[in-house]
Amino acid sequence: MPKNIDEYLIEKGLFITAISSVVIILLIIVFIFWEGYPAILNIGFFDFLFGMEWSPSNDLYGIFPMIIGSLAITGLSLLMAIPLGIFCAIFMAEIAPKQMRKILRPTIQTLSGIPSVVYGFFGLIVLVPFMRVQFGGTGFSMFTASIILTVMILPIIVSVSEDAIKSVPSEYKEASMALGATHWQTIKNVLFPAAIPGIITSIILGMGRAIGETLAIIMVAGNVVQIPSSIFDPVRALTSNIAIEMGYATGIHYNALFATGIVLIFMILVLLVIANYFHYKKKVTVGGGYL
Amino acid sequence: MHRIISPKIAQKVMKLIFWISGIITILILLVIIGYVILKGMPVLNLEFIFGDPIDSGREGGIFPMIISSAYVTLIALLVATPLSMGAAIYLSEYASEGKLVAAIRFGAETLSSIPSIIFGLFGLAFFVIYLDMGWSVLSGGLTLALMALPTILATSEVSIESINKSYSEGSLALGATKWQTINRVVLPAALPGITTGIILGMGRAIAEAAAILYTVGAALAIPISIFDPARPLPLHLYILATEGISLENAYGTAAVLVIIIIIITVVTNTLVDRYSKKMMGR
Repeated sequence: MPKNIDEYLIEKGLFITAISSVVIILLIIVFIFWEGYPAILNIGFFDFLFGMEWSPSNDLYGIFPMIIGSLAITGLSLLMAIPLGIFCAIFMAEIAPKQMRKILRPTIQTLSGIPSVVYGFFGLIVLVPFMRVQFGGTGFSMFTASIILTVMILPIIVSVSEDAIKSVPSEYKEASMALGATHWQTIKNVLFPAAIPGIITSIILGMGRAIGETLAIIMVAGNVVQIPSSIFDPVRALTSNIAIEMGYATGIHYNALFATGIVLIFMILVLLVIANYFHYKKKVTVGGGYL
Repeated sequence: MHRIISPKIAQKVMKLIFWISGIITILILLVIIGYVILKGMPVLNLEFIFGDPIDSGREGGIFPMIISSAYVTLIALLVATPLSMGAAIYLSEYASEGKLVAAIRFGAETLSSIPSIIFGLFGLAFFVIYLDMGWSVLSGGLTLALMALPTILATSEVSIESINKSYSEGSLALGATKWQTINRVVLPAALPGITTGIILGMGRAIAEAAAILYTVGAALAIPISIFDPARPLPLHLYILATEGISLENAYGTAAVLVIIIIIITVVTNTLVDRYSKKMMGR
């Protein structure tokens, strides 16, 4: 029957589109490794990963200061974004009156939609001069970059955490309140512990975004290749290194930048595996509700 | 039990802290958007929007950048929409949970968490060099398509799955084939959700700069052919700001970008509101 052949072809066609994301991700990994592998062979795995000097003109390609730079910026921004994000999520899920929610939700959405270049630009024009006046130095620093990143990862922490708190069965809350607990006691002892897997997932997602952010960091972090000794020192992140130098890199330098990309992919994969361990299914939230 | 602070006081203090964190979040947005738009407003006029840049952007307008942004975004959506819709239909209507589906989901999840600069590296190595497309609208658009794909996929899948099963059961009971049911019953019902996904993917493509930094070139002229280099708005803003070319025009470009994002947010919200009222009766 021709109809069945049509159905069969359509199913196969749809199957091909479905595996496209797997094919794409494999292509990406293969190509980044293909271009980056020669550098790791040439420089040596340990000299590349743990080398303290990055100086392409002297054939020195050690990315350790930038690994520390990426982790330091990410850590500092998480330190600020986690409390603010979780408090804001609890506020949205439990405390805020309806009108306030109606303002906060599009606020979070817009914050997550603003291009990273605009954040970087705002940081460069407003935050960097402010830091220069307040704390001295050039104003370009790990701290400045972390503040910008905090704002950038806030939306994802708020939206996923809020979702996790909301999906705690309402019986839990009712039982706790019925036993005479205050609202805060209920949040602290019942809702928060029950929502922990989702909250951890939100933090990991935020961390992934922070590690991957590129241009906004370039614009405010100062980009000096060094291990920062204070939060007011300029630093360079792994992502920034690629974006700054790819424009003129050739030969082994070019390959070394792809090898930097391998390190980034590896970091993101580790985060994804950790996130999967918590088995928290992130819901797709758009606008005023779930689709 | 000793308590230093009574539960009632703790309740009041914490409520205040929650309110403050909510208000801080709103203030952050207001300050950033307010600053960018206030500073950009004096520059924004028809000459700026429809004018060509003069002296590499020191003066003049941003019309070629607006066209570039529209062009790369269009290519990205033309490629990403069919792929991700097909995948969403397959995942929600055909696939049975198994290792393969788990692999597809992990693939989409990884794709949505990969840093944009990695997409840029891939675009450079694959589209620009390996497939020899050069620095062009096509290379940039295809790179952005890969980034928009998981966004459209996730939103479409959820909206297809949320269609009431009785719709498709009714259609199947009338003797329609599976594809006829999907094509005539499920997809029309899921259309608003899918549209929302496409607009979100569009937002992601319009806002992106790192992924196209080394794939689209940085030409100041209006791109005509898909093989022409271009300079979308975020890239223009990045170049203006980091190379200190023109602060004024950077403000203007940033304001245009922020306004586009606000429009996208308003449109998706309106769509979702109407959709959830229609579908879920609330």
